[in-house]
Amino acid sequence: MLSNLDPVLLARIQFAFTVSFHIIFPAFTIGLASWLAVLEWRWLKTGKQIYAEVYRMWVKIFAVTFGMGVVSGVVLSFQFGTNWSGFSDVGGNVLGPLLGYEVLTAFFLEASFLGIMLFGWNRVSPKMHFASTVIVAVGTLISAFWILSANSWMQTPQGFRIGQDGLLYPTSWLAVIFNPSFPFRFVHMVTAAYLTTAFTVAGVGAYYLWRKRHISHARVMLGMAMIMAIFVAPLQLLYGDLHGLNTLEHQPAKVAAMEGLWETQRGAPLILFGLPDQEAETTKYAIKIPKLSSFILTHSFDGEVKGLKEWPKDERPPVAVVFWSFRIMVGIGLLMIATGVIALILHFKKRLFDTRWFQYWCMALTPSGFVAVLAGWFVTEVGRQPWIVYGLLRTADATSPVLGTSIAISLTAFVIVYAFVFGAGIYYILKLIGKGPESLETAYGDHGIGKPPIVTDLAGEGGKQNV
Amino acid sequence: MFSLENIVNLPMIWYALIFTAVFLYILLDGFDLGVGVLFPFAPSDKCRDRMMNSIAPFWDGNETWLILGGGGLFAAFPLAYSVMMPALYIPVIVMLLGLIFRGVAFEFRFKATRNHVKIWDYAFHFGSLVTAFMQGMIIGAIVQGIEVEGRRFAGGAFDWLNAYSVMTGIAVVFGYGLLGSTWLIMKTDGETQNWARKSASYTVLYVAIFLAIVSISMPIMNEQIRTRWFTLPNLFYLVPIPTASLLLLIAIWRDIHSNREVRPFLMSFGVFLTGYIGIAISMWPYIVPFKITFNQAAAAPESQSLLLVGTVILLPMILAYTGYCYYIFRGKASHEAHY
Repeated sequence: MLSNLDPVLLARIQFAFTVSFHIIFPAFTIGLASWLAVLEWRWLKTGKQIYAEVYRMWVKIFAVTFGMGVVSGVVLSFQFGTNWSGFSDVGGNVLGPLLGYEVLTAFFLEASFLGIMLFGWNRVSPKMHFASTVIVAVGTLISAFWILSANSWMQTPQGFRIGQDGLLYPTSWLAVIFNPSFPFRFVHMVTAAYLTTAFTVAGVGAYYLWRKRHISHARVMLGMAMIMAIFVAPLQLLYGDLHGLNTLEHQPAKVAAMEGLWETQRGAPLILFGLPDQEAETTKYAIKIPKLSSFILTHSFDGEVKGLKEWPKDERPPVAVVFWSFRIMVGIGLLMIATGVIALILHFKKRLFDTRWFQYWCMALTPSGFVAVLAGWFVTEVGRQPWIVYGLLRTADATSPVLGTSIAISLTAFVIVYAFVFGAGIYYILKLIGKGPESLETAYGDHGIGKPPIVTDLAGEGGKQNV
Repeated sequence: MFSLENIVNLPMIWYALIFTAVFLYILLDGFDLGVGVLFPFAPSDKCRDRMMNSIAPFWDGNETWLILGGGGLFAAFPLAYSVMMPALYIPVIVMLLGLIFRGVAFEFRFKATRNHVKIWDYAFHFGSLVTAFMQGMIIGAIVQGIEVEGRRFAGGAFDWLNAYSVMTGIAVVFGYGLLGSTWLIMKTDGETQNWARKSASYTVLYVAIFLAIVSISMPIMNEQIRTRWFTLPNLFYLVPIPTASLLLLIAIWRDIHSNREVRPFLMSFGVFLTGYIGIAISMWPYIVPFKITFNQAAAAPESQSLLLVGTVILLPMILAYTGYCYYIFRGKASHEAHY
């Protein structure tokens, strides 16, 4: 039975699974690191203990999330070779240095200064500690820069030539790194990470307010998160729109799939909902708004929008996944903007921190950023199929000479291990949230609290120190 | 386009750099993996806490060298990367799973309640053990050679698995055990240090035995290696390497049984260095033994040039701030408990 398994499909599922799992963690830590830097800066500036206490609660959650991000990320850096060696061979000259720079400029920086950030409280000055937090935050952004540049190059490749041996050779590094979709993808993703963090923090703050615990800490959390919702969520809509227009220019088939449009037409309608049918080449039960799609994409009600039938069947992405993921992402984005608007109204009515239903609302939106990030990546990654390097190398031609059986087993192992390990991670994060922030006088004996854990008697009994 | 091709021998520099990155990985993650290997044998839970704390600020940085090794191989020798990873599919995946368990154990263990701590103790130990064993098997498989046709791996799913690679797997487990125990001699005292000295004296014996087996077997198994080591005048130049290993092992043995604290650790580095140089000499000039040389696998000169510029600038900085972190967390893991 196992020998009938399609190695290409299995390799794709395995990569989709491991990369989807991984992106959850950076999506959170990119935003969290920046927020922690802001908190520590507020603390040093104002001297208010409350910021330090919020910092010390969230830095523990940061540590757990970051750890999971590291271990799930190491897997990816090897999977390019274990599962996509055809791709590594053909694209290595172009993409290799980008990933190399990610390690050299970001990973070492993050890993080294994370140690000081977590364990260095009593060993370095407050300023040096703050510097470490900032360095870690900058490190996460540098990392995002390189990996999104590499991903964007696979979407919109340029700055290379095809050698006689069929391999790709770089001709301009600036063109490679700053390829057409990169600036849009970078801004869109980093903003998404900030919003993901903001809504997670908001949800936790709302939970404390709802339970009437840690009120003053919760106000800091919810308040700062709502600043993001008010100002950044609308910007994200703009960035997303610009990113979409860029995609229309370079990957029109992806946009056709996002819109569920099959026929090329002028004055194309916006399909709100429907069931795209790949076989029948139509979107069934479509609820349409006339001409709106043309307006959004071409900024003219009679602009021409290309439909999927422009491309041969074997060059079309799986439409339904792209179509629905796009709607989930946009829907959550709109909910986030609505949250900002409501928060603004409540703020002026001076009811932001004691409106019961708004607390439920924020709690319900706690995981929204993660869902939107995943949905967004589904749109962009599934939407570029069947290509791994757009227009150049098909996914099916990029695989490794590895048996389907091997991949089936490794995929199963990944599913089981990830479910167990990351399930435990979420459990510990929830426990940390349940415990909440501690006042600095009573706090003792954990990450970044009082004495650093490296010297703390974690076994508890005191007893003989000289073990 | 920018290229250093005509100024320096790019493939050779990168060959050296990749070997260096992998070596630094083996040394640095070696000692914290070694601590994981020794973990359940420690005399008390308190010892285990100290052991864990002694490496907690460093493990992530140490593991980054593995990513540099993998990423660097991809960047500088994409052909070697795309041949070796499929060839070593199973051990690489198992190693990655091992790294997951031990990596998360650091954070989870600090957060866990008493009865959960045991789970993460075992995750840490078995994760480290499996990782070390797989890395040893990977080395064993590589030195035996890899089947290649054209630009692709052409062997079977289990080519890497044989008695020899099992032996090298066990060898690396003991090697990391030596690094881990000498690290603990340096970073702890009292009961933990006494136990670490005992562990070191066992592991150093096994390391000596395995080093001897590998040194003797590699020339027997492969004619190229035999010719390289046992023809004149090579022999004269190369004899100092195994001699140095032997002297270092003896010195470690003496130091463990004296009150030296730092030197055993540094000399364990030395033993690894001599062993590693020995392997590197045997592999030269191959990057996929014994099919693809580093020149054949080299990425385009433009690619190697770009990353070389970054490496020349960034690597000293990385080493500097890594050193700074070790300096910040210097001293005994347990002494600080007094203040």
